[in-house]
Amino acid sequence: MSNLTRRSMFRGVVVVASSMAAMAALGADIGQVKVSKGRVEIERHGATLPAPVGTRLEAADVVKTGADGSVGITMTDDSLLSAGPDSVLELSQYAYDPTTRKGRFEASLGKGTLAVVSGRIAKASPEAMTVRTPDAVLGVRGTEFVVSAK
Amino acid sequence: MIASARHVAPLLGAAAACAMLGACATGTVVLLPSPDGHKTAVTVRQGDQEVVLAEPYAAATPSLAGPFAYKASPREVEARFGAAVAAQPRPPVSFTLNFELGTDTLSAAAKRVLDEVFAEIAKRPVPDVLVIGHTDTTGNDALNDALGQQRADAVRDILMRLGVKPADIRAISRGRRELAVPTGDNVDEPRNRRVVIEVR
Repeated sequence: MSNLTRRSMFRGVVVVASSMAAMAALGADIGQVKVSKGRVEIERHGATLPAPVGTRLEAADVVKTGADGSVGITMTDDSLLSAGPDSVLELSQYAYDPTTRKGRFEASLGKGTLAVVSGRIAKASPEAMTVRTPDAVLGVRGTEFVVSAK
Repeated sequence: MIASARHVAPLLGAAAACAMLGACATGTVVLLPSPDGHKTAVTVRQGDQEVVLAEPYAAATPSLAGPFAYKASPREVEARFGAAVAAQPRPPVSFTLNFELGTDTLSAAAKRVLDEVFAEIAKRPVPDVLVIGHTDTTGNDALNDALGQQRADAVRDILMRLGVKPADIRAISRGRRELAVPTGDNVDEPRNRRVVIEVR
């Protein structure tokens, strides 16, 4: 009896570990730049990189557009985020398990304008996606909206 | 003309709030109509105050007294958010292949679906493809997760043979979590054995 219990507990641990590995692997590629016009850059680990169409994104990336810039991003959970000129958008936190569709998405608009079509993370759990501006925190419940910041 | 006149009063309300606070156009949130008419909402929390935007063009702007709710207009959205909305990526599109058991050859119907998949891929500058394997409710979760993955992998291999780059394609399994036809446990239902190809 105790043998059986130990064996099934062990299996449980293995399953958790492998799904965590899957989440970690996803952290490296959380979305992709699908539209890029004018000046669009990414700040990543202190470096500034150009962000042409096709650029893959990582959690904690900060996407910046110039006065003539705009950018459109598709996340792996099918959320669509697009920013207008002079915008600073941080993809602060992102974790998504495509098998269970559970995850957590936190983005932050420091300035500029942002249009959002929420994806599967928000659909699976209404508390799981938030967008911050300097003044407010937006809770996303299966939604398409626009927001501006200073 | 009539349609825009309807929005004059709420916009004046917003303008008055901006004048009182000496700051406007920052932190404004507008809920847009959902493309499929789905019920949507966004909550706007400022400090310990919260408003819920649940109708198309319901809007809120932060103020010293908390979020100030008003009704925005399509014209306001276009003027202030036009560039952001215009940069929105093309929405993902999904195609379903019903999985035929015990055969590697594609049916004529499956070939037609693949033609549609490639037509959609061709419309996108940097397409990426998600292949999702689904099962019926026969067997447990672990078994069905593995089976769904096998189906997805098989379709991924076909798509790669047909020219989709390995870096642009991913195969995952949803197992029995998302049934096309709702059934009880342990029900053999061919319509639930399928692969969904999502182009985005």
